Amino acid sequence: MYQLTQLSRVFTKGRARITALKDVDLAIADGEFLTVQGPTGHGKTTLLLLLGGLDRPSSGHVIFDGQDLGAMPESRLVDVRARNFGFVFQNYNLMPTLTAQENVEAALVPLRTRAEERRSRALAALTEVGLRERAGHFPPELSGGEQQRVAIARALVKEPRVILADEPTGNLDEVARGEIVALVEGLWQRRGMTVVVVTHDTQVARRAPRTALIDHGALTLRYNRPPTGSAPAGPGRSRPAEAS
Amino acid sequence: MYFRYLSRELRRRARSASVVAIGLALGVGLVIAVNAAASGVSAAQGEVLHSLYGVGTDLTVTKVPTPGSGGPFRFGSGTGGFSRSEQGQPINVSRLTSSGGLATLSAKSVTAISKLKGVLASTGALSLSSISVSGTFPGSSASSSSNPLSVNTFTVTGVDADDPGLGPLNASNIAHGQSAVQSWFDSVQKGSSSDHLLALVSSSYAKQQSLKAGSTVTVHGTAFKVLGLVTLNQSASSSDVYLPLSEAQSLSGDKADVNTVYVTADSSSDISTVQGEIQHLMPKATVTTAADLASQVTGSLSTASSLANSLGLWLAIAILIAAFVLAALLTSASVTRRVREFGTLKAIGWRTRRIVAQVLGESLVLGLVGGALGIGLGVLGAFLVGKLALPVQATVSPTGLGSGAPGGFGGRFPGGGSGAGAGTGAGRFGGSGTAGRSFAHTFAANSHTVTLHLTAPLSLEVLGLAVALAIGGGLLAGLFGGWRAARLQPAEALRRVE
Ligand SMILES: Nc1ncnc2c1ncn2[C@@H]1O[C@H](COP(=O)(O)OP(=O)(O)OP(=O)(O)O)[C@@H](O)[C@H]1O
Ligand SMILES: [Mg+2]
Repeated sequence: MYQLTQLSRVFTKGRARITALKDVDLAIADGEFLTVQGPTGHGKTTLLLLLGGLDRPSSGHVIFDGQDLGAMPESRLVDVRARNFGFVFQNYNLMPTLTAQENVEAALVPLRTRAEERRSRALAALTEVGLRERAGHFPPELSGGEQQRVAIARALVKEPRVILADEPTGNLDEVARGEIVALVEGLWQRRGMTVVVVTHDTQVARRAPRTALIDHGALTLRYNRPPTGSAPAGPGRSRPAEAS
Repeated sequence: MYFRYLSRELRRRARSASVVAIGLALGVGLVIAVNAAASGVSAAQGEVLHSLYGVGTDLTVTKVPTPGSGGPFRFGSGTGGFSRSEQGQPINVSRLTSSGGLATLSAKSVTAISKLKGVLASTGALSLSSISVSGTFPGSSASSSSNPLSVNTFTVTGVDADDPGLGPLNASNIAHGQSAVQSWFDSVQKGSSSDHLLALVSSSYAKQQSLKAGSTVTVHGTAFKVLGLVTLNQSASSSDVYLPLSEAQSLSGDKADVNTVYVTADSSSDISTVQGEIQHLMPKATVTTAADLASQVTGSLSTASSLANSLGLWLAIAILIAAFVLAALLTSASVTRRVREFGTLKAIGWRTRRIVAQVLGESLVLGLVGGALGIGLGVLGAFLVGKLALPVQATVSPTGLGSGAPGGFGGRFPGGGSGAGAGTGAGRFGGSGTAGRSFAHTFAANSHTVTLHLTAPLSLEVLGLAVALAIGGGLLAGLFGGWRAARLQPAEALRRVE
């Protein structure tokens, strides 16, 4: 699914040159659950934004399904994003003026889904995260955990190939954290989506078969359990069952 | 989704949204009101010029007497003597003088003018002032209280009945009494001698003197039958009594003379040529065109004109620009506040175009609301201008040659009216007590002053322009905000953690 080669991202602000990612090589299999862990400011979000086509590499390539996201014109990239990537953020990033249901529907707007279908799919997604009854509530009327579940519903409603989550449990207590992790894991297990979760939390990180450890922009892999049949055997090898 | 998102967003920032809308509304409202006031003022100016010199009368010819001639102030054939020795004696004096200190022009000059190249028609008119004094001359202790002296002044205009379309009684000057004027022209044109003793009386003078159709009005000892009442346009310099020109001429003793010639040119492009020709023909005469007059309109009307045209316009433009800038700044500020929101929308696949459309739509709605409010404000403003504006006065000084003499003359008559000392001042048309009608009115016609009420007419074009301005302002702000939203990098926006 993903093939990252010699991927670097350097920020230049005046004289300062900050290397957020340095020569990263990584393959992510279709249907893999990968966690990304590392100290703050070492490049985790930068990696996630590159995977989601929201930022472009300074050098190297992000190949998604054989297409180089970094070389793609913005107009095509928007399309790829709208169809394939579901984002979940630490701060939920819901539109405060839209209800839970409308927030979820917003993800279907770029796909030109008709209004009734948008409605029913949004309600189905909210049911999946257990918030069917809160569909008409506005974000400020929901708890942090509930808001994050709405955000997850928004990410999954368009049935993307990949869920990209940046510290989705960063603002939540243990109970809510457990709920969110269970939800994300469920998407991976039941729907076979590829899931990449950035986290500070070692406990959360260890739920995935593999963890990408980022240190000063460099990436190393950690295997949290011995490779088995249900998880990818190692970097770069796709599961044959989940064809794209 | 589009409109729901849009309206919710506007409701969320209701305060800044209403500031934008109200700002645009103020700008637009001011543009409408100022424009209405300005067109009202220019309409008033047009009315002043028309009423003083007649529509269709492109030029007027008058002549100021050469100094020392005594010109207009010679007594007419008096019906009574007048000397200090007659104290205590009953007196009844009436005299007729050329109005406005104007010298006479011979009837020949009217004919000569009408033959000039480029002249369509011309007609002469004779404006006279009648003063009659009756009662007992003051100074005698015996009888001063029993029969106090009363002074009655009124204006008389001799109108040439052969040229109904020209001169002071042309149709466009008349507000009421068109049919009376018509039958007067018809009767006088028939020409029997009894028909010549017909007069028209202005409604205000008729009211003051309790005259009506069929009454008799006496001018300098001659009785005329009142054929009807006439009211000239509000601002017209009307006369109290209108007589056939020939009668006015014989009463004043000037058998064939007039003191104003009304000239119509073939076309407006001929006016300056005709003006030159007449001036050449009659070097001492004053030839006035409407264009000359426009620049000579002074008084509060011209103040209102410059106020509306310069100050008001600039104020409106300044407020409009301020409103535009305010709208752009507040829209831009709202985009800045929503950076993370827009970044998120881009992350979930919204096109930049769609986000810009959202911002643009929000501003456009504010522009529309501002425009609608602005029309309301503008219409209200125009209404208030029309309702609350004090009557304005316009003074037209065709010659600029003032004469101090009339004031002195007025001073000789005790109790002759409040305006006696103001002979050089502007005349006051329409203001009147009974015998106290101002001498200034009668004599000081070196300049004409007209009092009229300002209106502020609204035009559809201006309303349309105003709405376009408001929408334009909204669009401008929206484009500015949208441009900022378009430049926004989702990656940077999403890194922001509150
Ligand atoms: N637009 C930018 N301009 C300059 N430097 C940047 C920019 N974006 C990120 N950086 C720098 O790149 C480095 C990596 O940032 P990144 O956000 O990827 O860290 P992170 O691992 O996600 O940190 P955290 O755990 O705090 O979220 C940081 O040093 C950051 O300051
Ligand atoms: Mg981060």
